[in-house]
Amino acid sequence: MELLYACCVGVLVSCGIFLLLRARTFPVVLGLTMLSYAVNLFLFASGRLVVNQAAVLGYSTSYSDPLPQALVLTAIVIGFAMTAFVVILAIRGRADLGHDHVHMAFPKLKKGNK
Amino acid sequence: MSLLWVPLLSLIGSFVSAFSGKLSRNMSTLLCAAFPAFALAIVVYHGAAVLDGETLRFHIPWIPLLGINLSFRLDGLALLFCFMILGIGLLVILYARYYLSTKDSMPKFYAYLLLFMTAMLGIVMSNNIIQLWLFWELTSISSFLLISYWWHSSDARRGARMALTITGAGGLALLAGFVLLGHIVGSYDLDVILGQADLIKNHALYPVTLCLILLGAFTKSAQFPFHFWLPHAMAAPTPVSAYLHSATMVKAGIFLLARFYPALSGTELWFLLVALTGLATLLVGAYMALFKHDLKGLLAYSTISHLGLITLLLGLDTELATVAAIFHIINHATFKASLFMATGIIDHETGSRDMRKLNGLWQYLPYTATLAMVAAASMAGVPLLNGFLSKEMFFAETLHQQILGSMSWLIPVLATLAAAFSVAYSMRFIHDVFFNGEPIGLTKTPHEPPRYMRVPVEILVALCIIVGMFPHFAVDDILSVASQAVLGHRAPEFNLAIWHGLNLPLMMSVFAVAVGIFIYVQRKHLFQFQASLPDLDPKRGFLVGVKSLVNYAERISGALENGSLQRYVVLLLLVVVIFAGLPLFEMEKLVGNQGLTPIDPHNAIGATLLIIGALATVIWHRVRMVALLMISIVGLMVAVAFTRFSAPDLALTQLTVEVVTVVLLMLALFFLPHRTPKESSSIRLLRDVGVASSVGVIIGSICYAILTRPLNSISDFFVANAKTGGGGTNVVNVILVDFRGFDTLGEITVLGIAGLGIFKLLANLPLFMPASDGDGRPWARERHPMLLASISQTLLPLAILVTVYIFLRGHNLPGGGFIAGLVTAIAFILQYIAHGSNWIYERFNVNYRKIIASGIAIAFLTGVGSWAFDRPFLTSWFEYFDIPAVGKIELASAIAFDLGVYLTVVGATLMILASLGRLTASSHEKQEAN
Repeated sequence: MELLYACCVGVLVSCGIFLLLRARTFPVVLGLTMLSYAVNLFLFASGRLVVNQAAVLGYSTSYSDPLPQALVLTAIVIGFAMTAFVVILAIRGRADLGHDHVHMAFPKLKKGNK
Repeated sequence: MSLLWVPLLSLIGSFVSAFSGKLSRNMSTLLCAAFPAFALAIVVYHGAAVLDGETLRFHIPWIPLLGINLSFRLDGLALLFCFMILGIGLLVILYARYYLSTKDSMPKFYAYLLLFMTAMLGIVMSNNIIQLWLFWELTSISSFLLISYWWHSSDARRGARMALTITGAGGLALLAGFVLLGHIVGSYDLDVILGQADLIKNHALYPVTLCLILLGAFTKSAQFPFHFWLPHAMAAPTPVSAYLHSATMVKAGIFLLARFYPALSGTELWFLLVALTGLATLLVGAYMALFKHDLKGLLAYSTISHLGLITLLLGLDTELATVAAIFHIINHATFKASLFMATGIIDHETGSRDMRKLNGLWQYLPYTATLAMVAAASMAGVPLLNGFLSKEMFFAETLHQQILGSMSWLIPVLATLAAAFSVAYSMRFIHDVFFNGEPIGLTKTPHEPPRYMRVPVEILVALCIIVGMFPHFAVDDILSVASQAVLGHRAPEFNLAIWHGLNLPLMMSVFAVAVGIFIYVQRKHLFQFQASLPDLDPKRGFLVGVKSLVNYAERISGALENGSLQRYVVLLLLVVVIFAGLPLFEMEKLVGNQGLTPIDPHNAIGATLLIIGALATVIWHRVRMVALLMISIVGLMVAVAFTRFSAPDLALTQLTVEVVTVVLLMLALFFLPHRTPKESSSIRLLRDVGVASSVGVIIGSICYAILTRPLNSISDFFVANAKTGGGGTNVVNVILVDFRGFDTLGEITVLGIAGLGIFKLLANLPLFMPASDGDGRPWARERHPMLLASISQTLLPLAILVTVYIFLRGHNLPGGGFIAGLVTAIAFILQYIAHGSNWIYERFNVNYRKIIASGIAIAFLTGVGSWAFDRPFLTSWFEYFDIPAVGKIELASAIAFDLGVYLTVVGATLMILASLGRLTASSHEKQEAN
């Protein structure tokens, strides 16, 4: 089971990064979303994989590790806020620049104009 | 009044002055002067005790663990400097009132000046060397602001930048020196350090420490070869030069030498470094001063030369030399400040500082001319003036030192030569400006300045004469306590008298005056010689160095920063691959010794779906709608995984966030292209696949390595105390609202900030309104399907009920503020989708920003509430109550905190989606109107 889980995390990371490296905003947002799935699963895994032992007192004899769960819970919500921010940034960029490239050409500094 | 008030008052004065723009010029001057005047009164009040030989201290622990404290001390040396800083500071404030024109901003000037004063007071009074360094850097920064006061002039900007670079670099060296010193002694306390002289001098690190500290002192005090910043700093307004470049800032380096004299001096290295640097500076300054046509340039080089003289004295191996150094600090401050002020008056009245134009001003400004001539005579070392006394002492001490062994006789000879040049440039200052024919090409006829502009000069010149004629009465006391502070023991007997008999020092003085007059008379030949020399100023080396550094930095940043996000990400990921990947190869075995659990069919199906979803997203990523559908499968499977592996709270959160995310991305697609063109070259694809798969392999391997090793967690504490300490059985929720409540407060604040950021980004958005989807099909006209509208409307109360249920049970069963907030948000978003935002707006007009604010406020106030019961921030409270008919219920403060979380989540989520949704609605309306 552990091997399968680790494979899933690895695949999600790879797919996320591949999308992150695309040149347009929307695939980058998808990549970030996928990467955050991977990160959340990875963090969650630090509490190990146990079945039917939810950390609710009185429902079982031993419990899964609640600390990574608490951390991941807020990470999910914050991850959404960040995704939303990036999406809106992409929309704003499209509106202001007229395209959705992530590549920006810097105007070269003129010599002597320092 | 405690010592702390002395720097504090001038700091307060700086802030007050900054806001005195509405006041008249006189009022604003008065207000600004009140603070240092009061501080001076405090110093005078404490002065009596210090003159009796006491050292006053003030101490507040700040970071005791690191040995960093707020601590001040007032001994003889500090007292002397406080008098100079505050006294001359007050005169400069008065002078500047008349010097600055109505176009210059007085509040700004006074604010900077008092800030600088604070920094100087901090340096001289610090009893902790890290604190001393802090104030040291503050002088660099505030002097930068003062020099660049006329920021529109490029000279001022260049001069300020140069001064900041040199003194700032020296400051860094000083910090390193101080850290080493603290390392050697084991304390940053000045009291301790000054008492450990033997330990310091015998330590292996002593030479490095000494060099670093001297580097700091020499750069600040414009010692050769770092002196070139001072003439360029003359672009500052003249009151600034009178204050910074005669009495205070440049004396800070000298002060540092004097302050650490007991701890660092007495070694061969000290004598050689300090004395030779001083000697070189003395000669270069005196020689260069003669050739400057700018009055302030002449004074700047003269200051350099006098600073060299004081440094040389501190580097001589006799105790009386130290006394002479301190005496000359006082004398130089008085005559040089008055000369700068007189120069300012001349500049103010004639519009020029060029000595080739300024001639014969005696007939226009007889009064100012007299004052300036007295001060200049003091600078030249004419008897009956204070400059003469310290110069005689200087000559006497050069005769008594032994630092160059059998060649020690060189020092008195070179000192006499420098004195001759100093007579020559003083003569030039007097003769060239006030006599020597008529002025050439002046734009206005000069006349005497306003009465009170002369007062500061008069006071300083009077001091020159009083000290010069009655030295015993004027400076004996302060000089002996200051010398005692520098030497670390009682000062040797010294006799300040005008007449010591016909001795060798007097002969040297007479000789210097004679040679000086000769040099001045024959100056034409010298000027020609100087003009034929190539430019030997070390400034050129500095400029070339700075230029090549800038070019180098530009090349590097140009090479790294080309504007391509993809490139940055690839570079970062390569770093990850190297630093996270290499240790994996060093590990013996990836799999740990924890037994593996078998794969059951449910898990296998889930994992397969997840992998297929992820791959499908990548494969169809150019068809954006399809990619969105595929990625939602992944999100769903992640939620299922959480359910499977005993994390019901996570599953609920993931599920609800997934819904919100998909709605958000759908809305986003309205504004973005629906397809991604094929752009990446094959080689680019190969690179990306390579990078992505290597990172994936590394992360997956690490994950596998973690999963197969036994768990050693701190969570047992949380599980054991959730019920008894936090009053809830859902441990995850108790961690969120109680054990780690402070984290959660931070997180909802981030959420709120993200929401507000999005609100601002969407404001005034130049709308990009596509008339059709990517394939040219127009948008559907039928916007709000009847079926969805009526069902969603019926569902809303039900959804709210579910929300309340999830919220309330959250403390004991899966649920809580985050999940309840997301469910509420989804219920409302459904209404938006079904009815359109205008329909909602008419019925339910809520300001989401206020909801976010109230949510964070409730959570914060819940935390603050525990202060009322003398508990730390965010201590939770709970109690069980027995209510008849209802039964036993629990009330906990955590519920209020969770309510804050709930409101923030609802507010932020709805704000994000509703504002974006409203944009699509308004673009639709515009289309329909067309």
